[in-house]
Amino acid sequence: MTKENAPIRVLLSKLGLDGHDRGVKIVARVLRDAGIDVVYAGLHRSPEEVVSAAIQEDVDVLGVSLLSGAHMPLFAKVIALMKAKNAEHIILVGGGLMPDDDIVKLKEMGVADILRQDSTPEQIVSTIRRVVSERDAA
Amino acid sequence: MSSSKTFQTSLLESIAKGFANWEANEVAESLSRQPETQDQFKTESGIPLKRVYTPTDVANIPPEDIGLPGRYPYTRGPYPTMYRARPWTIRQVSGFGNPADTNRRYKYLIAAGQTGISTDFDMPTLMGYDSDHPMAFGEVGREGVAIDTLDDMEALFDGIDLEKTSASLTINPTAFIVYAMFVSAAKKRGYDPHRLAGTIQADILKEYIAQKEWIFPIRPSVRLVRDTILYSAEHTKRFNPISISGYHISEVGADAVHEVAFTISFAITYIEECMKAGMSVDEFAPRLSFFYVCQADFFEEIAKFRAARRVYAKVIKERFGAKLAESMRMRMHVQTAAMTLTKPQYNVNLMRTTVQALAAVLGGAQSMHTNGFDEAFTIPTEEAMKLAIRTQQVLAEETNITSVVDPLGGSYLIEALTSQFEERVFGVLNEIDKMGGAIRAVETSWMQRICADSAYEYELRKARGERTVIGVNKYVEEEKPADFEAHPYDEGTLARQLDRLRKVKASRNQEQVKQILERMKVVAQDESQNLLPITVEAVEARATLGEICDALRGVWGVYREDPIF
Repeated sequence: MTKENAPIRVLLSKLGLDGHDRGVKIVARVLRDAGIDVVYAGLHRSPEEVVSAAIQEDVDVLGVSLLSGAHMPLFAKVIALMKAKNAEHIILVGGGLMPDDDIVKLKEMGVADILRQDSTPEQIVSTIRRVVSERDAA
Repeated sequence: MSSSKTFQTSLLESIAKGFANWEANEVAESLSRQPETQDQFKTESGIPLKRVYTPTDVANIPPEDIGLPGRYPYTRGPYPTMYRARPWTIRQVSGFGNPADTNRRYKYLIAAGQTGISTDFDMPTLMGYDSDHPMAFGEVGREGVAIDTLDDMEALFDGIDLEKTSASLTINPTAFIVYAMFVSAAKKRGYDPHRLAGTIQADILKEYIAQKEWIFPIRPSVRLVRDTILYSAEHTKRFNPISISGYHISEVGADAVHEVAFTISFAITYIEECMKAGMSVDEFAPRLSFFYVCQADFFEEIAKFRAARRVYAKVIKERFGAKLAESMRMRMHVQTAAMTLTKPQYNVNLMRTTVQALAAVLGGAQSMHTNGFDEAFTIPTEEAMKLAIRTQQVLAEETNITSVVDPLGGSYLIEALTSQFEERVFGVLNEIDKMGGAIRAVETSWMQRICADSAYEYELRKARGERTVIGVNKYVEEEKPADFEAHPYDEGTLARQLDRLRKVKASRNQEQVKQILERMKVVAQDESQNLLPITVEAVEARATLGEICDALRGVWGVYREDPIF
């Protein structure tokens, strides 16, 4: 799975209907400035759309942001679709505003990490690098 | 300085001399012992702040620009007596679950002393999908109330006096439908539409740069706004058919100057569209209302509210030739800034919100929502909302700040800042005019770029510690698990809502609905017609919100953005 020296590729997207994109766009810019390849799939995407886009773009990380509170059902659907489409090598990272208990549950379900509203640019970059190197080391 | 209408030249000269002397002596001596903490002090939007302000800083402000409350240009407030006659409206936004759930929350808030109500709708309702649409998956009744049909609207306001308690409806691309449902529901209960008090947000232009709730392309969307304003002017005289909103523009990253300038540029566009349709400005401008955020920079925010009123009054009078005072005075709802709230040490949010609310009152707001301390977690609990209401009640009833109108008026700082703020807003408005107006500024992503850049800049300043956020980049503590129960989502919501929708669809006249929707498509194709009458017909025949949007999607297509980051 290791792509020697190739830059990390990330697909970022909003999931569901909420349009709060301040956070995801900051993440996009921070990652891009850190030399990471960023594809931004934009707003109002369904689980099917984000999973297909991640496969098509052949990314290491699928970063999905939502602030609608619908993270539990929507992430469950994304995870199921990734399984069904043999895309489990793609690392799923979430972003947004969610209660602590839900974050614990999401990690149990297979979300590698969650970027929260107070994540610093440094934490954003190090989280993405860490989840990729953890996968490659596995 | 010599042209001051406020002070005699000799007095100003003597003040300037005293000031120079003070700088050379007391200030110099103090600085030699202890330097100041920054080389430059400025407001959040970058207006330089002096060490101290004196009469020389306000000497050139025309006294008539400051004026008196309730008199043009309304710097000091839209009304002459302000809170002495009537406190601002305590209006907490709420909405979740089925209409009956939100209705119960309204009654709870009214019992706690809230004086107006405000509705948050769920994402499918906001985006024009019925609860049974695949895109509604997981979102029905989640962060707002689900409304599919007129029956839902009736249940939402059941038992609430719609003349005494003004209702605000926070909705944009589907605003025209929700407005039609609101008026129809009220009529059915026997209300005279002209006596209905309320506001619908309906400000679509800001959606293309912030919050991003849209369905149709920009131009037909603006037409829907025009149609709503014109229809409301004729049929619901007391109702505010739009709440032109800076709040979201600020929360997506714009500084205070751009928040106000973009908001007023959108107002200009709506006014131009209505006038093109043949109405005079004084026929509809009195019911245009505004919505701003109150951020953390205390004095800048106060100056912002004062400057916004002044700029707007001048624009309405000078640009559009309004004659009525009601057209020129900007009335505003203010909400404290959700962006400033943090999850770590969440109790501190109460203090942040209190200080922001104080600035809104000193700035002369007509109505206010104070955020719940738990909003960095999820939608607020009843307890958090009650505390937020109490915060406003403390300001209104315990502090005595309501006894004097515009109590900071005449402060050298506040007046100087207000004037500088005004000048900067006019600067941005001129730029927008030069590029061909606000719609062009959106279509070319010029506004989106400004918001994205300042949001990014803010993050970097926060990361460098130049912008303190207590609990996040300063006074950080180890995070403890929250010791309150966040608002739960009722998993039965979807099934109940689908059931409601099924029942309505089963009991209506299908053929009639079909015919109305077909006629609606024809009306949509003719830009000179108003879509509201047929929308009212459609909702009364129990067409669903999603069906109405689908009919129009078929005519106008949908909007897709070219993202800027």
